[in-house]
Amino acid sequence: MSEPVLRVKDLRTEFAVRAGIVKAVDGVTFEVGRGRILGLVGESGSGKSVTGYSILGLIELPGRIAGGEVLLNGVDLTKLKGEQIRRVRGAQIAMVFQDPMMTLNPVLKVSTQMIAAVRAHDNVSRKVARSRARDALATVGIPSPEERLDAYPHQLSGGMRQRVAIAIALLHKPAVIIADEPTTALDVSIQGQILAEVRRLADETGTAFVWVTHDLAVVSSLADDICVMYAGRVVETGAAADVIASPRHPYTAGLLASVPAEHEPGERLPQVPGSAPSLANLPPGCAFAPRCFKAGPACNTTPPVQHFEDGRTALCHYPIEPDSCQPLSSTSTTYQNAS
Amino acid sequence: MSLAPETRWSRLFNFWQDYKQSPVALAALIIIVSVVLMAIFAPLIAPQDPYNQETLDLFDARLTPGETGSGGYVHWLGTDAAGRDVFSAILFGLRTSLIVGVLAGTFALLLGGVVGLMAAYYGGRIEAVIMRIIDLQLSLPAILLALVLVAMLGQGLPQLVTALTLAQYAYFARTTHGAASAERSKDYIEAALSTPLPARQVLFRHLLPNALPPLIVVATVQVANSIALEATLSFLGLGLPLTQPSLGSLISNGFQFLLSGRYWISIYPGIALMLTVVAINLVGDQVRYVLNPRRSR
Amino acid sequence: MIGFFIQRILQALLVIIAMSVIVFVGVYAIGNPIDVMIDPASDQALREALIQRYGFDRPLIEQYFIFMGNMLRGDLGESFIYRLPVIGLIFSRMPATLELAVSAMLIATLLGIPLGLWAGYKPDAISSKFIMGLSVLGFSVPTFWVGLLLIMAFAVELGWLPSGGRGPVTDFLGMKLSIGSMEGLSYIILPAFNLALFKLGLLIRLTRSGTVEVMSSDYVRFARAQGLSERKVVGLHVLKNISIPIVTVFGLELGSTLAFAVVTETVFNWPGMGKLIIDSITVLDRPVMVAYLILVVFLFVLINLVVDLIYGQLDPRIRVRAAS
Repeated sequence: MSEPVLRVKDLRTEFAVRAGIVKAVDGVTFEVGRGRILGLVGESGSGKSVTGYSILGLIELPGRIAGGEVLLNGVDLTKLKGEQIRRVRGAQIAMVFQDPMMTLNPVLKVSTQMIAAVRAHDNVSRKVARSRARDALATVGIPSPEERLDAYPHQLSGGMRQRVAIAIALLHKPAVIIADEPTTALDVSIQGQILAEVRRLADETGTAFVWVTHDLAVVSSLADDICVMYAGRVVETGAAADVIASPRHPYTAGLLASVPAEHEPGERLPQVPGSAPSLANLPPGCAFAPRCFKAGPACNTTPPVQHFEDGRTALCHYPIEPDSCQPLSSTSTTYQNAS
Repeated sequence: MSLAPETRWSRLFNFWQDYKQSPVALAALIIIVSVVLMAIFAPLIAPQDPYNQETLDLFDARLTPGETGSGGYVHWLGTDAAGRDVFSAILFGLRTSLIVGVLAGTFALLLGGVVGLMAAYYGGRIEAVIMRIIDLQLSLPAILLALVLVAMLGQGLPQLVTALTLAQYAYFARTTHGAASAERSKDYIEAALSTPLPARQVLFRHLLPNALPPLIVVATVQVANSIALEATLSFLGLGLPLTQPSLGSLISNGFQFLLSGRYWISIYPGIALMLTVVAINLVGDQVRYVLNPRRSR
Repeated sequence: MIGFFIQRILQALLVIIAMSVIVFVGVYAIGNPIDVMIDPASDQALREALIQRYGFDRPLIEQYFIFMGNMLRGDLGESFIYRLPVIGLIFSRMPATLELAVSAMLIATLLGIPLGLWAGYKPDAISSKFIMGLSVLGFSVPTFWVGLLLIMAFAVELGWLPSGGRGPVTDFLGMKLSIGSMEGLSYIILPAFNLALFKLGLLIRLTRSGTVEVMSSDYVRFARAQGLSERKVVGLHVLKNISIPIVTVFGLELGSTLAFAVVTETVFNWPGMGKLIIDSITVLDRPVMVAYLILVVFLFVLINLVVDLIYGQLDPRIRVRAAS
């Protein structure tokens, strides 16, 4: 693996709400290399989106980054202020959001929004900015980009809008793009096209992606590496293929077991019992323990980060042993019985 | 169908708990209550009956605030050109202003509520025609309508209340129509209408209660608007005559003395007017905030 | 689009005709104008002659059609009091009112939008709460009362500005305007500010709520993620989005400013149309009242029409709907 462009170290983001301090991101650590795609996986409320916002410094009050580092090519973004961080955003690191209906301003033409994005960092004429915008649209596979430039967002389909958003993110050829569930709101067929496009872009341009999603199926077809989050913490990391083939953390195993593609049609889908805990009210020790089939007496204490072969990690007292001949089906059986 | 009494009380209690969160709104409510009490008990509080000509003494004309007049008591807010005690005049003026405001607000609420409910209930062409007229009226400023109506009807309390009612009912009509027609399109109303229940039962049991919360908000604001509008008309010389004084006519009466430095004749009634109107608006704001279902937190 | 346009114009015409009937009938109901025009002691023959001359003996409906026919020819009758053609009378007063109303709208816009933007951009700041407090005062305190306070503070106590009247005027494109000279300007400041206050409160509220909504939107977050400066975020996204409701309100309020000028003109003794209508109502000068009201309704309808059409231009979503 090449030298990482983005290293997130022990990142902590807190929100001060009425009920107290909510640790939405609690010691998250991961890294992404040039041209690679990291799948940041978790349920709603696991802190994966907040991690994305924290990396770009887009956390607003009552939230704040309480600690840790976000190193982009060695520069700590959490230390940058005002104008300094603005120069980085969009230029060296960009972001794409979930809902393409909402991320483009409905009353501004695509060209207006793209030209503003170009000129946020480069002091070029409108004409030059426009032609760069057109090129970016062509890069993400939008047909007749010149006409699309003069369209308003509502005149484009959802998939087309998300391509526009990705094109905007690509305008300054950033080192990293954080994508926050960008295909969740789209049809499956459109989603497939966009995933293929992103894979191609990562390979051709060397842009690294952090692909935030709750959908393991997406990650398995797209990502090089996986980082699974639960209740604000990273519970498992590793190469995508390895993690999917043999998960080490019981939570990852549970998530994998509930992917529909792994099952016969008509078969009852197993699920992880219970629901994600409220971040304001986490159990002591391992936050997953109450839902875990392997939970034992040690789970009342904070689990250690266990390191395995191939650079994999899991945050667990009782990780699943790959040699224990416990194939996926038996894991799912365990969950099925539990539910 | 109706709520159990304790739920109704607890809802009221919750409303109050939310309402009193804002100290400004609480202060405004206290101001309104005191103003209303002062108006009701004006004859007991006022040192003088300002419109009984026999008690007026021209020797007492234009006394500055704090001077003692021939009646032997202190005119805390001074006297006007006819020797009226300004404080007493304000108390009696408040009475008239509040009566006009509350009457016009209530009548406008009733008229507008009925019109809006009718439109929502009948639907179709009747609804289209009614709402067209309402929209048209809303596009014209209330002051202009009130001006025309007062010019047509002439001076006097009943005429004034009529003019203010007709100038303002459209707000209520639109609010009622909006809330009721949203409810009208729901399935359960269709179901209720298809039963042999009398139509008015559907109207009053289902449509009206849903229109009520927004109506309350509009009503508070419209009472304040009626008071302000009446004062404006009286100031323009088209409202109530000075024999039946409202705050507006008192201010108008003192206006000519303002430039000669006898500010108290119109300034103190003006302060009373301002406090009343602003307080009602602040209460209305807070009620709207508390009743807003989309309120965060 | 053209069908939409024609439909709107027909609607507007219908409104004007309906209002002219209401105004005409309504105003006709006030007193007997003859009593106003002549000495009650004068003889019956003179009375009859005047009634004949003004056509008061004919049925109301006939009078209405005669009136409308005359109006279409630009003849709105003759004032009972001034004995002058009404149309000329109103037009001679119109520049003063228009000047006042436009100045007020300018003040309200130039102050209201920046204040509202600030209050929406920093909703929790003390300064924002203060601005919002002012806006509540602005549209709940009656205009005439604020006018009195302004006169008291700036004319009586401080003596900085004149307490009323219009002062010297300069000729501009055939209209006599106050804003041409410094002295004229000193006369218009207080009334224009007074008339502006209500709109100011309204614009602050409107701008603020629009700004709060836009600032919390995903597209502003996305714009920030692109590295757009805060100035650009506000200037491009916020201003464009709030411009739609603001243009609407601006247009509609321009009309109501003309109506509210009635109050301000009375307080500051400003010789405009509003002062004329109040004077006419008190002396029952019927032709002036009818002509003024119909003219104001006409202006209103015209402004509504223009606002509707501009609205379509500003909001691309509406444009699509209107076209289809």
